[in-house]
Amino acid sequence: MPLTPELRRSFFEQMTLSRAFDDQMIALYWEGKLPIFQFGAGPLPGELHCSNGAEPVGAGVCGALSADDMLTADHRPHHVAVCRGVDLDRMAAELLGKKTGLSQGKGGHMHIYDPSVNFASSAIIAEGMAPAAGMALARRLQKRPGVAVAFIGEGAANQGAFHETLNLVGVMKLPFIVVVQDNEWGVSTSKSESTAIERNSDRAASYGLAGEFVASNDPDDIYEATVRAVARARAGQGGTVLELKTARLAGHFMGDQQAYIPEQMKQADPIPLYRAKLLRDGVLTEAEADAIETASKARMEQAMQFAKDSPYPEPAEAFDHVFAGGSEASDKQEAGAAA
Amino acid sequence: MSARILTMSRAGREALDWEMERRDDIFCLGEDVYKFGGIFGTMDGFGAKYGPERVISTPISETGFIGMAAGAAMEGMHPVIDLAYIDFIGVCYNVLLNTASKTHYMSGGAVKVPMTLLIGTGGGYNNAAQHSQCLHATVAHIPGVKVVYPSNAYDAKGMLHTALRDDNFTIFLTHKATAGVGWMGTPIKTTLSEVPLEDYTVPFGKVKIYREGTDVTLIGLGMSVHECLKAADDLAKDGISAQVVDLRSLVPLDRDGIMAAVAQTGRLVVTDEDYLSYGVSGEILATIFERDPTILKKPPIRVAMPDIPIPFSRPMEQAVLPLAEKIAKQARKLMA
Repeated sequence: MPLTPELRRSFFEQMTLSRAFDDQMIALYWEGKLPIFQFGAGPLPGELHCSNGAEPVGAGVCGALSADDMLTADHRPHHVAVCRGVDLDRMAAELLGKKTGLSQGKGGHMHIYDPSVNFASSAIIAEGMAPAAGMALARRLQKRPGVAVAFIGEGAANQGAFHETLNLVGVMKLPFIVVVQDNEWGVSTSKSESTAIERNSDRAASYGLAGEFVASNDPDDIYEATVRAVARARAGQGGTVLELKTARLAGHFMGDQQAYIPEQMKQADPIPLYRAKLLRDGVLTEAEADAIETASKARMEQAMQFAKDSPYPEPAEAFDHVFAGGSEASDKQEAGAAA
Repeated sequence: MSARILTMSRAGREALDWEMERRDDIFCLGEDVYKFGGIFGTMDGFGAKYGPERVISTPISETGFIGMAAGAAMEGMHPVIDLAYIDFIGVCYNVLLNTASKTHYMSGGAVKVPMTLLIGTGGGYNNAAQHSQCLHATVAHIPGVKVVYPSNAYDAKGMLHTALRDDNFTIFLTHKATAGVGWMGTPIKTTLSEVPLEDYTVPFGKVKIYREGTDVTLIGLGMSVHECLKAADDLAKDGISAQVVDLRSLVPLDRDGIMAAVAQTGRLVVTDEDYLSYGVSGEILATIFERDPTILKKPPIRVAMPDIPIPFSRPMEQAVLPLAEKIAKQARKLMA
């Protein structure tokens, strides 16, 4: 699909929706956590790793994928999930630990699963890599189409799982893309401190894979690079390491003051930049852009309301889903816990 | 239909073959499975029979290929992985600990991960501290994984059928000395069984009373079951009637079956080739003490691998294994 004005407009819609998701979650996150900060306090407990700045990755990559394709995300999954079309209401409810959440409150924000859009995640660094490759292998064995796309950060490219999986993808010539989201920082460790070479996309050569690097954090460029990677995968030409320079505007997680980031490394917000570009290119007018931003915020407010209005799971539900077909291992303990 | 006497290895192979002939979702994955047929011959000849697409030899990348198995399982396949020795779980532990075992739960039941991981355990053949461990407690401690441990051919076939038809992640353990493979010498007689030709299942979570007895209960799993049986023979010479219980399954664990068996004798020796502390032997005792310690006439005794790396040299290794002589000695103490 060529990069049409409609597609670019949809990128802007998705980027603003993802941003609305994170902004509203961040606002809620601080409820109950001031003046004394504690991860577990308030209506949105736990760690929260927001995607502010990485929206172009979600919009550009997901825009190039089809319904058959399979995605695994990492501990920072919101932008990918929103742009993939994961159910927004149920995702919001999951973050709040509600019964109506995607996982009925058993996953939280780092463990987003929505099989209806082939979306899974793993919050262990680089551990979405091999399952994604396995999903591609499953489709090959089932003689069904589908490209697997693993989203990781640049820090994950120094994990063994990254290298083992890429070698397997190369050996098996699997339809696989790893999207390395280079936001410069693995918590407080910069890419130059952690990685022996400048670009992880160059590492693709070690495994007989294609490597591409996109420096702009612009969904148009990301989309076009992904289209090329998907075409290679579908044509049986193997996998791609697609490294995308992006941004991490809200810190590693909420509460990260980012004092370690020097002034000259401050990152630009890609959303106003893309908005200006679309206005310049005549894709949107000021009024249309404003309307999209307003609609995104309103849609997210609706999801937030759904989440807030939803009930919590019952404590005893903690014992469900340990195993498919019943919790044989925990039934005795359930009785003990209730006593 | 007729039955034959088989080794555990051949019996397990028969179950996997039966399922693979009839189901497209099962495929084999592991180092050297295509040409070599897996470390216990569970996939012996499968390369030629099913081809390289379904019997996939992998690079030495356990994090990679076992992680791939988990992904394939999420997409509707049932991978069967040969991991050779349990000592190697260190190189794929995250997949066991965080991915295959927890995805169903963390997805609120939306994503199933049906896969079977075949692993060999145990020592007794001078392979030292990195190739002789049992570590079954290490994997049984992880919520969300079923852990089974047959000790004879009949159970090996029936439990493998059960694992392959289960929608969950199962770790299927076989003690190397019980498998009946060429490189471990003559098969131990008590591991051999009459195995029906047709398919059948053996349910998880039920202990097996290997031998009835009234004076003392000997509980074992894997290889230690056979040491218990030898000890029971020896005790019988003194007129001591020993009951031998095979746990067979660690997750789920048949706590009712354990209580019922121990209640019959009131004297208990728990054997375990895994390390003594924080392990299966302690779990069994905890179950009894939580439920009803009054079933015991004497304080129970544990015969397990001491908390030391497994030594290489024969006199040292033989001294620390839970062997029949040691088990019988402890049982006699309980009878004194």
